[in-house]
Amino acid sequence: MTVLAATPVLVPLATTVLTTLACRRPRLQAALSTAGIGGFLLCALALVALASADTPADIAFGNWAAPFGIQFRVDRTGAALVLITALMGGAALLFLASDADGGAPHPLRLPLLHGLLAGVGGAFATADLFNLYVWFEVMLICTLGLFAIGARLDQLDATFKYLVLNLLGTLLLLVAVGAVYGATGHLNYGALAQAAQQLTPGLSVVLLAALLLAFGIKAGAFPLYAWLPASYHTLPAPLLALFAGLLTKVGVYAVLRTLGDVFAPAPAVLYEALGWVAAATMLFGVLGAAYHWDMRRILAFHIVSQIGYILLAIALGGAAGNAAALFYTVHHIIVKANLFLVAAMVWRLTGSYDLRRIGGLYAARPALMLLFLVPALSLVGVPPLSGFWSKLLVLQEALAQGRVVWTLVALLVSVLTLYSMMKIWMEAFWKPHPDARWRPPADTRLAPAWAAALGLAGLTLAIGLNPQPLLAYAQAAAATLGAAP
Amino acid sequence: MSALLAFTIWVTLSAGLYLALSRDMLRCVLGLAMVGGGANLLLFASGRLTSAQPAVVVAGEQALGAAANPLPQALVLTAIVIGFALLCFSLVLLLRLIPAAGTDDSQALRSAEPPVTDPFKPPLPQPGCEPPWPPEAPR
Repeated sequence: MTVLAATPVLVPLATTVLTTLACRRPRLQAALSTAGIGGFLLCALALVALASADTPADIAFGNWAAPFGIQFRVDRTGAALVLITALMGGAALLFLASDADGGAPHPLRLPLLHGLLAGVGGAFATADLFNLYVWFEVMLICTLGLFAIGARLDQLDATFKYLVLNLLGTLLLLVAVGAVYGATGHLNYGALAQAAQQLTPGLSVVLLAALLLAFGIKAGAFPLYAWLPASYHTLPAPLLALFAGLLTKVGVYAVLRTLGDVFAPAPAVLYEALGWVAAATMLFGVLGAAYHWDMRRILAFHIVSQIGYILLAIALGGAAGNAAALFYTVHHIIVKANLFLVAAMVWRLTGSYDLRRIGGLYAARPALMLLFLVPALSLVGVPPLSGFWSKLLVLQEALAQGRVVWTLVALLVSVLTLYSMMKIWMEAFWKPHPDARWRPPADTRLAPAWAAALGLAGLTLAIGLNPQPLLAYAQAAAATLGAAP
Repeated sequence: MSALLAFTIWVTLSAGLYLALSRDMLRCVLGLAMVGGGANLLLFASGRLTSAQPAVVVAGEQALGAAANPLPQALVLTAIVIGFALLCFSLVLLLRLIPAAGTDDSQALRSAEPPVTDPFKPPLPQPGCEPPWPPEAPR
């Protein structure tokens, strides 16, 4: 079943083509899109099963043997992330069926969404550095389309800012890939891992620093995250949840591949620098969130802050650090997407995303309050939710390596995260609505939104109450990465 | 030859970066296209610069000898196509954005992030820059 390795690209790409052809018939298009995401989910499950059985799906295109042909290889790390990509795509598509801030219908929305999934899937599946660049470009062009199809002035404004900063990132990545090829003569991960051992430390630092800088822009790491809070809040909610869950995590995954697998062990100065960058990312992200009162902008800054934790896990390195990074990424994608979905349901019921204009949901919709608390407290890291185990893994490893400053920053950021979540809870749920005549609208169509958000909350609870399967999986994944002894 | 190409890449990249730092949005996009051109040249150079020998491995040998490696040339082609598509997209975006915003100064572009008016609390979103509520009924 070698062709299975290509399905993270093939299935969404085929869905993109079919939904584009059906763009004049909305019902057919929606049916094709549902079938496409279902197929993607099944393929992702098969990939996880193959990877767990230590027979990762592997294909080299054009019948060229591995270091020469472009290779796709879905190991445990890649398979878990492909599965979570398919799940998030499914949740976003389900949420689109509700009337909670789905944006105006556009014939190209579904094709672009599946194109985005193809880009993300390709980035997780590929084992070739230049191919990784290509998937970053596929993601970039699809996200730009999804930003721009709303055509509101603020959305066009956000598209421009997103375009300029991300284009600079991909160009930097292209330069870095060219330099790596010039120095080693390889692009395949396996061949690069061998060739990288021959590099002098000085050259290695320069090449990897260029790569990491490019991935850092994509991941939203300090000080290169300005594009993220400047643009994300203009998106319709299901797309925002999808972007928040997946896009920055592809950058983080690329950092993990670089420092934790292909080029491991890299010169120590890079891990040290990444650790400080991670601490700054956590701190500045959460401080940005503390200032804002728009739920989407608060949550967008929290993406930045949480990226810091994952980068910290990668900076700690070794099998334990890499396992923590994978565990954290999976937890974070689910929780962050869910928070944006719940925020959109709050918007539908109260009429605004701005906390100064809303309130009263504790009395009107107590179930929604409980639903919000699951991802919110998980983001903070309150036991027994998934965020607690993720943070525990990272901080345990940080303390084991004697990194007291990074640990203290991470704990401080957790407290500030709690402040932000409590702000949303107090303002949107606890306080009465500023307009005394406000009643929750009766004509809402929120059932699909509830289904998507409850499903994600269920996953969070499942990981939180029974973390051992995911932890064992993450540890096994880290054991096959290059950093493992 | 290498020195000349390195100088060309340097000039292209610096001119591109200078333009990309401009507040004029059109200049910024053109600057990014120039940076893309510089990046492509750099990628091209990673495959060695030699005289016009064919990239064919001589029978009985394992390596390419003195000819240039053709792989980066294929990579550059891919990168050029992608860069061209993104340039087209960004020009069309500007054609929509500049008339809609009434300005081509990126500093004056404050629809997504309204300017700060209060020392403590962030500004409220500008009218017309929020999703309409209540949402329209489905067709």
